[in-house]
Amino acid sequence: MTISIDPQDSNTKSLQPKGWLRYFSFSLDHKVIGIQYLICGFLFYLIGGTLASAIRIELASPMSDFMPRDVYNQVLTLHGTIMIFLWIVPVVNGAFGNYLIPFYVGARDMAFPRLNAVAFWLIPPSGLMLVASYFVEGAAQAGWTAYPPLSITTPQSGQIIWIMSVLLLGGSSIFGGINFIATIIKLRRPGLKLMQLPMYCWAMLGTSLLVVLSTPVLAGTLILLSFDIVAHTGFFNPVLGGNVVVYQHLFWFYSHPAVYIMVLPAFGLVSEILPVHSRKPLFGYTTMVFSIMGIVVLGLVVWAHHMFTSGTPPWMRLFFTIATAFIAVPTGIKFFNWVATLWGGKISINSAMLFSCGFIINFVFGGITGVALAQVPFDIHVHDTYFVVAHFHYIVYGGTVFIIFSSIYHWFPKVTGKLMREKLGILHFAITFIGFNLCFAPQHWLGLNGMPRRVAEYDPQFQFVNQISSLGALLMAISTIPFLVNIFLSIKNGKDSGDNPWNALTPEWLTSSPPPVENWEGEAPLVEEPYGYGKPISQEN
Amino acid sequence: MTTLDSSKEIKKNDSEASEHHEDFRMFGLITFLIADGMTFAGFFAAYLTYKAVNPLPDGSIYELELPIPTLNTILLLVSSATFHKAGKALLKNKNSDTQKWLLVTALLGITFLICQLFEYFNLPFGLTDNLFASTFYALTGFHGLHVTLGTLMILIISWQTRPKEGRITNQNMFPLEAVELYWHFVDGIWVILFIILYLL
Repeated sequence: MTISIDPQDSNTKSLQPKGWLRYFSFSLDHKVIGIQYLICGFLFYLIGGTLASAIRIELASPMSDFMPRDVYNQVLTLHGTIMIFLWIVPVVNGAFGNYLIPFYVGARDMAFPRLNAVAFWLIPPSGLMLVASYFVEGAAQAGWTAYPPLSITTPQSGQIIWIMSVLLLGGSSIFGGINFIATIIKLRRPGLKLMQLPMYCWAMLGTSLLVVLSTPVLAGTLILLSFDIVAHTGFFNPVLGGNVVVYQHLFWFYSHPAVYIMVLPAFGLVSEILPVHSRKPLFGYTTMVFSIMGIVVLGLVVWAHHMFTSGTPPWMRLFFTIATAFIAVPTGIKFFNWVATLWGGKISINSAMLFSCGFIINFVFGGITGVALAQVPFDIHVHDTYFVVAHFHYIVYGGTVFIIFSSIYHWFPKVTGKLMREKLGILHFAITFIGFNLCFAPQHWLGLNGMPRRVAEYDPQFQFVNQISSLGALLMAISTIPFLVNIFLSIKNGKDSGDNPWNALTPEWLTSSPPPVENWEGEAPLVEEPYGYGKPISQEN
Repeated sequence: MTTLDSSKEIKKNDSEASEHHEDFRMFGLITFLIADGMTFAGFFAAYLTYKAVNPLPDGSIYELELPIPTLNTILLLVSSATFHKAGKALLKNKNSDTQKWLLVTALLGITFLICQLFEYFNLPFGLTDNLFASTFYALTGFHGLHVTLGTLMILIISWQTRPKEGRITNQNMFPLEAVELYWHFVDGIWVILFIILYLL
């Protein structure tokens, strides 16, 4: 008889606290952990957003008058690190993955519930540590990329705390990745084939592969960097014979896949949301699966396109340009599949759908600038300018964050059993969409005209466009208010949603809302066609 | 439905489910070891790149002696074999034999670490002397950390295999198998490290 870790350890589970207290406990329930990830991530989003607002206030005028230059550098570094490692990666992987994946594979929990809880509880302390470093001797100043020799020469305590924090978050991410792979591959309900899984499972499988293969390399790199800072070795210090380009290679070997770690789960989530709200099967399921796996493979071999100005040899430029351009193929397939899913569907215009459509629009724009940036001549022209900032935010905010909001609107009834208010949701979407595009679209122009990124001061000729951008940022900040009001009102006295308000067919809706601790009373349903809308064999008939 | 009832029902369903699902803890461990291997891969890649593009300044000392690392390679390979013996003995329900073989393995691991430290103390260069030295200590040190952890785990499971009271029996072999896999992994990494660092 096995004594140790049982995947669905019911005895331990029934000892967990009940009610709201469970969200502050070392809960092993994947649903509780998912919500913990989401709320923790959202709190860090508010911090990161405040920092972003500070950056935009500073950039409303060409001089560094709102804050000193070194504070600007710290704010910039914290903004990037918090948004990537504490908001997007944990939420789009950890929160939705933990909540949904066990439902999708027909399990009662994740494969390793304890590891899962450990992975979550690494996040709050490392996040607090990172934020606290600002109040000690100043936070790290070298940007989220922490390129040496800048990261070696700037004040060290902040940089070391930054490294420790990112190492912990990376560990959390790896534990999560191992858990997702094991859950999806091994914990599927008997009879459920891989090609019957909802698309988010495939996205998470691909993402987790990237996490497991690339995050450890970042960990190793940061360990070497901390040696350089603390023990004065010379791995990345040219003065001591080291090589900064090696750092860049190792860093981007993680950080380019990290972009897919941030955006692939969003691809999966949007593939869940679009079919439900347009009442049509997901178009091109098989091509979706293969394009996800294609992105995973290609995503691992394109990292040096971030380094075209780092003295990369011509053959390397050629290889990485071509490989990067190839990524447009699977991504384009996915894009057309989403549009084809919507085509001729019975579309309901609600908050979830609006945010998903916003995603498609923003993402195609960010994708096009991405292909442009992969071309060496163009990249050299706009390298380290606001064009890159605009491109990146179109992918990560216009892409992933839009999908996070869309998913919150979509799955809120699942978690709470209550509906969110549509009017506030649509208001939220409208302000976010306008604010976002107002903020970031002008930055393409700024970049093309040569405004460098990461600097507190700029040429006064750019002031007007920067002020437009700052106005957009203000709108984005305001857009959080209807969202928060909506959440609180809906939790307090939202309309009862029933078990399946969207008449969805994916497995998580085939149980009560909110779901019981064991996910299903009785056996998990076998969902062979998660997108079988409008077909004779469906639950609707 | 009360909590008690529902937990009973989960139990029932669990036993049904476990008939269908194989043990996936080993799968999780393998995934973790792949991740761990990628850390080493990063280090190796950095080392090889340095070797290719960053010539050391004249007069740098970077010669390594072979006897100790060769002995260490043999020690680790033998320890892999003794660990395997321990597993075989457990299959035949001979817990005391298992315990003996595990202790031999742990002893080999400790000897490896002592030899490694001896080598460190006798090397003509220190951590910060030059790029080669730094990479050498980072790589062997990171590997040594893995050996230390492995040795500790072997000591723990050898305690847990003690006849009669131990929790590791041939019905519950997972802890032993997991540590064994980890140990083989650490040995494999050492062989690669030995080839890349000492022989190339």
